[in-house]
Amino acid sequence: MREVVIRVENLVKRFGNFVANDHLNFEVYEGEIFGFLGANGAGKTTALRILSGLSSPTGGNVMVAGFDAKRQGEKIKRNIGYMCQRFSLYNDLTVRENITLYGGIYGMSSSLIKQRMDELLRQLEFEEYADRLIGGLPLGLKQKLAFSVAIFHQPRIVFLDEPTGGVDPIARRQFWEQIYAAAARGITVFVTTHYMDEAEYCDRVCIMDQGRIVALGTPAELKEKYNASSIEEVFVSIARPKEKTV
Amino acid sequence: MADKVVIRAEDVGKRYGKLHALRDINLEVNRGEIFGLIGPDGAGKTTLFRLVATLLTPDSGSLTVLGHDVVKQFRTLRKQIGYMPGRFSLYHDLTVEENLNFYATVFGTTVKENYALIADVYSQIEPFRKRLAGKLSGGMKQKLALSCALIHRPALLVLDEPTTGVDAVSRVEFWELLRGLREHGITTVVSTPYMDEAMRCDRVALIQSGQLLSIDTPTAIMEGFTGELYSVQGTENYSLIMALRANPHVHTAHPFGSSVHVTFKTEGYHATLLQYLHEKGIENVTIEPISPGIEDRFLELMEREP
Repeated sequence: MREVVIRVENLVKRFGNFVANDHLNFEVYEGEIFGFLGANGAGKTTALRILSGLSSPTGGNVMVAGFDAKRQGEKIKRNIGYMCQRFSLYNDLTVRENITLYGGIYGMSSSLIKQRMDELLRQLEFEEYADRLIGGLPLGLKQKLAFSVAIFHQPRIVFLDEPTGGVDPIARRQFWEQIYAAAARGITVFVTTHYMDEAEYCDRVCIMDQGRIVALGTPAELKEKYNASSIEEVFVSIARPKEKTV
Repeated sequence: MADKVVIRAEDVGKRYGKLHALRDINLEVNRGEIFGLIGPDGAGKTTLFRLVATLLTPDSGSLTVLGHDVVKQFRTLRKQIGYMPGRFSLYHDLTVEENLNFYATVFGTTVKENYALIADVYSQIEPFRKRLAGKLSGGMKQKLALSCALIHRPALLVLDEPTTGVDAVSRVEFWELLRGLREHGITTVVSTPYMDEAMRCDRVALIQSGQLLSIDTPTAIMEGFTGELYSVQGTENYSLIMALRANPHVHTAHPFGSSVHVTFKTEGYHATLLQYLHEKGIENVTIEPISPGIEDRFLELMEREP
């Protein structure tokens, strides 16, 4: 059995009377690509903030990379990587400056940063862009770099918050191949998205609705269970009846 | 107007400085169609829609919409077009109802006069009519924006990525609404980065780097796929893809969800593939022929580019 790197038991998060996360239970394994799906307002962001050490649970036990989310948020932050769609890299810094900045934030020494930066630029075939401002790069390249920067300090887990939406089919596939490569090296990838077709690329997916987990399994299992040809159909069949009564 | 062509573009080009946003665009959209413009970010979808909506002018070629030239007759034309831009552009600090009344007034009509047309859409958000538009969810904002774009009973509806950032349930509902509008005789041009939405259009144009790759019915576009496509399913995607790419008989290998879509350079090689993977230490793999989807065809067309 693979090692559990995220363990969530009866996670509850309340804001006043509002229950944003209502008794969540799941485990995520080392090297797994875990998709966390739900409509806007389903409670994904709340859970993600807790898992990444930014917010504390109201109840339940949450362990991330061996640390307790209630008491060791700072330790969690140092042992994870994080990338979101809206803000990841500074447009007015160069590629090299962005990498140096993030390496520094995660406490890496200048010599280590330099060494890994050279490796990274070579791997990505980014040498010619090294001294260019991020703002001028095509979206596909930015995204590639943003992911590489998020795992530059070699965290055990990387959280991708709504990472892809709207990029072209080729760039999107290159991005997923990067994710596969990271997972193959043992990094756990935790992806939140409301694009259901992204879910098809995950090892397992968890669907949230109104603060609860309503489905959890491999894409193939869920499609079979709901007799659907895609995760999108699964999602619609789960979430739709409630929508209609609003 | 007896003409059945609602939009006619002939060699339309648009540049921003050195950047060719659109090159030699030729297309016709027919009355009553739902016409989709499918392509990635930066392909030129928004530019083309802004030309159609008379918000930009073409640098070259000719573009007529509803029989009017987009440059010379933009005033007449604007009254007949309903445009929903990609970014939510209603007034956040007005209520749902106030926004709708505002747009009706601007176009010299009333909500009452055209209520029948917007009823299907608007009735879904009417319970929230006193709510500020800025406080609506993504799906509700989109329905309000559609109501506002329809309130003057346009002959042509131009929707720029109406479903981007909207959840799956709202996307399905939105497409049902568009089909309803077709019954009212409204022509719709709609852009989307989602390949699966292409299937919901009567005809689609695939666009990439400012050029049209193909215009046809979704089915005909898929049938344009050349060669035979196989779906290869394994347990470790990364090693599987790497092994496939390393094989000289493999032409393309693209991840598609949990499987990999593969085409071969060598005819008949699919029969030997599992043996090859076995030799590479990759087990538990299945291979089956599949019919290509629109995304397969899109990838094929994109890769043909120099």
